[in-house]
Order: sequence, then structure tokens, then C-alpha cells
Amino acid sequence: MTDVAKAYGGVRALRGVSFDVHAGEVHALVGENGAGKSTLIAVVSGARQPDAGAIEIDGREVGVLDPVSSRALGIAVIHQHPALFPDLTVAENVALGAERGHPLRPIDWKERRARASALLQRLGARVDPDARVGDLGMAEQQLVEIARALGAHARVVFLDEPTAALPEEEAGRVLDVVRQLQRERCAVVYVSHRLEEVLAIADRVTVLRDGEVVATLDAKKTSRGEIVRLMVGRPLEDAYPRRTTAPGEVLLDVRGLSSADLGLRDVSISVRAGEIVGLFGLVGAGRTELARVLFGLEPADRAGVMLRGRPFDPRSPAEAIAAGIAYVPEDRPRHGVLLDMDVGTNIALAVQDRLARRGLIDGAREDALAERLVERLDIRTDSIRRLVRTLSGGNQQKVALARWLAAEPAVLVLDEPTQGIDVGARAEIYALLAELVENGLGVLAISSDLAEVMGLCDRVAVMQGGTVVAVRERGAVEREEILALALGHGVAGALHGA
Amino acid sequence: MYAALLALLAVAAPGFFTAGNLRDLVVGHAAMLVAATGMTLVILAGEIDVSIGSQLAVCGVLAGLAAKAGMPMPLVALAVVVAGAVLGGVNGALVAGLRIPSIVATLATMLVLRDGLRWATGGAWVQGLPQHFQWFGLSQRGGELAITAASLAVFGIVAWAARALPAGRAVYATGADAESAELLGLRPRRVTFWVFVGMGALSGLAALLGAVRFSEVQTNAGIGLEMAVIAVVVVGGASIRGGRGTLTGTLAGVVLLGTVGTALTFLQVSAYWERALQGAILIAAVAVERTSKRRVRAT
Repeated sequence: MTDVAKAYGGVRALRGVSFDVHAGEVHALVGENGAGKSTLIAVVSGARQPDAGAIEIDGREVGVLDPVSSRALGIAVIHQHPALFPDLTVAENVALGAERGHPLRPIDWKERRARASALLQRLGARVDPDARVGDLGMAEQQLVEIARALGAHARVVFLDEPTAALPEEEAGRVLDVVRQLQRERCAVVYVSHRLEEVLAIADRVTVLRDGEVVATLDAKKTSRGEIVRLMVGRPLEDAYPRRTTAPGEVLLDVRGLSSADLGLRDVSISVRAGEIVGLFGLVGAGRTELARVLFGLEPADRAGVMLRGRPFDPRSPAEAIAAGIAYVPEDRPRHGVLLDMDVGTNIALAVQDRLARRGLIDGAREDALAERLVERLDIRTDSIRRLVRTLSGGNQQKVALARWLAAEPAVLVLDEPTQGIDVGARAEIYALLAELVENGLGVLAISSDLAEVMGLCDRVAVMQGGTVVAVRERGAVEREEILALALGHGVAGALHGA
Repeated sequence: MYAALLALLAVAAPGFFTAGNLRDLVVGHAAMLVAATGMTLVILAGEIDVSIGSQLAVCGVLAGLAAKAGMPMPLVALAVVVAGAVLGGVNGALVAGLRIPSIVATLATMLVLRDGLRWATGGAWVQGLPQHFQWFGLSQRGGELAITAASLAVFGIVAWAARALPAGRAVYATGADAESAELLGLRPRRVTFWVFVGMGALSGLAALLGAVRFSEVQTNAGIGLEMAVIAVVVVGGASIRGGRGTLTGTLAGVVLLGTVGTALTFLQVSAYWERALQGAILIAAVAVERTSKRRVRAT
């Protein structure tokens, strides 16, 4: 594609981007949120029409693309959240991309199933063709979607953050399949925030910033540092701020928490004032479940939780908040913020009773608080009346955090605080957390990003199979050990670390 | 468009603007305004209540029976509001407690209440009401004034509360995203329950305001009321998916849809067209809202 430009209103999302990808090549596309990656994908998939520029396939210029013609030309886009039909089987989902039968011609179920399993096998994806897609894990769903694209004879495959929601070892399965696509002479455009992954899989890396191509690099000859520098446009100092204060009293003390329904058994963990405790583990290890119990969203059979020295067994988030716990959930676009309410209301809602005067909402006081927090957290919005939906992911996360700053909790539980957030906003969130912790907050941060856990946290607790298997101090542990513990190879890993 | 209709009326049917007709319009729609006020809260909270027509019929009959039994009118008023609140509480318990989708739960209570009433009364109207029932025992003029004042007062209080009270905003937040609202420390299920209770209480009040205009209480009152009221709220700009809308919008909806029928009569168009025209207005209102929203999103 040459000189492609696209503007949304006054915002120029793409300013003359030129970009090419060859058959059998994996070309990675990286950039901060808002750099133009999504717009680029929208243009090639036909979801948006470019204002200028040309797109060529096999040296032939294609006209205006719409979703149907884009697909007919062999372009497939696979999004982070697979667009599959959860109630249909794997085979049916794969077939939907490939079959071009007459709507009234009876379906040949046997052939459909055979074709689906052939495609999956070709990709080396071990997925049962008769499984219901809704029962599959996220990684398997990604594989099904890739198989579907292949079945539709896709020759240019765009993968948009395919591994963002996956833990490391499952991401590996997706990467294997991407390599297989490459061997099949597909042209693969790979969009990801995970730079290690990009460097491992890509032949070339193109960095986008503010809607422009900053550089196209040979993946073999570049480094993480160089890419990050190009992405943010300035050298990024250590993303993880140094903290000096020693941890204080124990704020949250969990001893032997169990819940048969949630698969939690005998969980023990503590968080002190002034420290960040990381909670690492694979998906399904019970981390989010633990957070939900602590926040009163799920009941525990046996809680055994002390919060600020008092027994604590909340039965609703309202009770948990009153006792001094705040929770920023993982699925931010859906539950962390109210997308269709404005920034100011989102910030004020959690503390509206406290800010009210004689039982009435005090708009001026709420707005003053919101303005103050918007400034302090550097939330980029032109007004506190702007709907949260229109902000970028990083700014939405800051709104979620701002709300809890207003509530002044004792312990803040964060679930994947920087998932899907660009490098720049990430550093800002880390700095903010550091500042809060310096002021005596205790933070329990659930993260699947090992680098983040290692860099940000004072202590790392590893969960595996519904319980905390180990707690390690920062600096006294290696990546490999943490990963081994999370995978359940605890003994060997621990020996290796010691 | 509405202004054009009024202008047309002024020229073609000046009778529409006589004080008598306008007064009839306002009094005739007082019950609808009260019901629509409750429905706005229900819809803002992301729910729906199709049982209000049946609630209204039950409460109307109860009001008549209570008055016949010699209960003084203030007590009758209190009794129907409480009765309505209890009926609403049943809906609330089904929706918030048992987590039955509100369209299903209220459809069930709508049928149960309607047929239950038919069975209990044998379809007979409540007749032989005491003097103090019709127009609250006031003159017709005084009764009409009382009805209008009561409906506007209720509307005004709820409109104010929805904006000024934290509870009002909790309704919006619940409708916008119940799970997020819960994570914020609000209690969406409690909100849902109380919204249905409020709806029921207002159905009770609406029943009273409607019933006292006549000398007998019909047992088949309020059939189709739920649809008319939902239409009014949606025309007033509330999102049927919850979280968005205002009570002033609902007031505009009542005025708009409420005048259409009478206007048609005055323009000597067959009254059969009333429902059809209201339906057309409903579609037009939603279409305008949707396209204008799309434009905003595109920029």
C-alpha cells in the first residue's frame, strides 16, 4: 500500500503510510495505541475507506475495498477477540469462511468436518473439530479463526494482537501456527504490543507513530530498545520507577482462603502498606477468582481474611469498598469503567455519597475533584464531560484508577493493569502506582506480563492450581523460576533458582 | 414537525385550542404522565415493565372497592399506592431476586393480574361508588385541578430526584452497565428492585387519577397502556437499552403522542389512524436519534 491516508474528522489517523508485505514473510506492525495500526487494518479489511492512497495486491491496484471485496481478494483480518460463533462447532465455524454453496443446497456435514480437520491439521493446531467453540480457550479460538481464514484462501493475513489476552505458553501455540502460515507462503502482518514476540517471529518490523511510518527495520538487526525508542519518539527511561520506602504494617492478610466453587484452596498472601505484590500465574490459576472473593463478588467457603487488622468477609463490592479495598478488573472496556458515562461522572460515582451534601449530589464539588484527578493523572481529554468510550485504552485505565484515588482505599487490587495499553501510558501508570504506594497504599497486582511482575513488584506471589505456591522477593528470583512455578514444575524450578 | 401540526390545528380546527379542550387533554393524560414517569426510571435502569396496564386495572378496582367500603379518600389514595408498590415489589423480586429477564417476568405478572382480576370480579365494573369518590368529592373543576397538580408534582419530584440524588444516578449507572456499577460499589440489584417498586406505586397513583374521573371503575382499564407508555418514553429520547434519557424528554413524549389523537379528531381524520400515527412518530423519533448518533461517532 502506498501513501494511504485517513482522517476521522480533524484527527489524521494515517498520514501517507506506505507499507508492503511479501508472500512467506511475517511483517510486524508496532506502535503505541493511537499510532494508526487499527486504522490501517480497518482500511485493508474494507471496514473504512481511505481518503487517499492506493492498495496493490500482486502488483495490481485494487479499487475501493469493502469487507466483501477485501475478503474476495484474499485478505483476512484476525482480531484480538475472535469473531466466532460460540454455539457452533469448530468445523462449522471454519466452514463458514470457506463454503460458497447455494443457500438452499443441503450441507454436506461429512465433507465440512473433514475439510475443517484437514485445515487444522495443516496448521498443526490440535483442536477438536466437533468441540463447541464457546468451550474452547482463547488461544484455541485464535487458531480456529486462523484456520477459517486459511480455508477462505486468504493470502494476506492480518493478525491484530492475537496473543494480547493469552498467557505466554498459549501464545506459543499461536506463534507456531503463524510460522506455519509463513511456510504456506501467506503474507502475514503481525500487530502486537509484545516486542519479544515480534522479534522472535517477524522478518521485518514497521514502527508507526502518530499515523506515520517511522521506520521499517530488519528484525534480525534491531533490538527491543530501538523499537521502543522509535515507538515513543524519545528514549524511554527505565519504565519501572525506583521506590525507596520500606513496607509498613500488614494491610491485607489472607490465610487459608478456600472456595470449592472457584477452585481456590488454602490461599495465603499478604500485602503491606507501601508495597506492590505481584500475583503471577497462568490463566485459570485462580488469580482473578481470588480478587473477586476479596472484592465481595464471590463468596468463599473459608475466608480467613484480615483487612487492617479486622476480620473481613465482604458480601458485596459495596462492603469491600467501605472496608477499604478497591478493584480494577481485567476486562476494562466492559467492567472497569462506564463507557457511556462521562469522565467526571465515572470518577465521582464511587465516592458520590461522600461528596454529596445533605444527601444531594454536589455537582461543583464532584467536578472539582474530577478536574483535579484528570490533571494529576494526565488523562487526555478535552473535558470531563467527554464520554469515556471515546478515550484511548490507556486513558480509560487512568479513569478507572482516578476513581479509586478519590475513594482513598487501603488496598488496591489491579487485574492486568496494563493489558492492551501502549508503552507510554504504561510508564505513566507505573509511575502513578509508585507514587500511591509511597503514600502508604498497598497494591496487589495480577499480571500475566512477566517483565511487568519482575520490574514493578516488591514481591511476587505465584499462583498455580488455585493456590499460592510461592512468594519471592524482587531481585531474589529469576524469570525462569517464576515461570516454572506457574507451570507447576515447582521443585525443579526452585532448585534451579536457588 | 410538532410546531407545524400545532399551526395546522390553529388554522384548520381552532376548536382544538379552546380552554375546555386543552383542559380535557391535560386531565386525560395525567395518569399517562405518572405511569410514564415510573416507566422512565424502569427503562433508564435497563429494564422494562409490561405489567403496568394490569397493575393499573387491579389498583383501580381496589380503589373503588375501598371507597365503597367507606374508606376516606386520602386513605384510599395511600392504599392504592401501597398496593401498587407491592405489585411492583413482586416484579422487582422476580427480576432482581430470581434474575428473570424483566420482559418475561412482567409479561407473566401482566397476564396473572389481568386474568386474576377478571376471575375475582367476574368482569363486573365497580358501581355504586360513594359521592366522595368521583373528583375526590370535589367539584369537577376542583377534581381536575387536583389530578393535574398531583401528576405534575410527582413528575417534578422524580425529575428532580433523578438528577439531584445519588440514588438517581445509581439508576443511570445500573442501566448503563450493571456489572460495572456493581464494581463501583453501587448495588444494581437493589436499584432494580426499588425501580420496580416505584413503578408499581406510580401505577397505583395513575389508577387513582384515572378512576376518579368516572362514576364507576372499569375492570378492563389499562389494556395496552404499557405499550403506549413505553412508546412515550422512547419518543422522549430514552434509550431502550438503559442508561440514557431524561424525564423532561418523557414529558415531551407525553405531550407529543398525547395530542396526536385529539388533533386527528379535530382535523376530522378517522380516529383509527391514531395508533398508526403514534407508531410512525415512534419510528421517526428513534431513527432521528440513531442517525444523529452515527454522525457524532463518525467525526
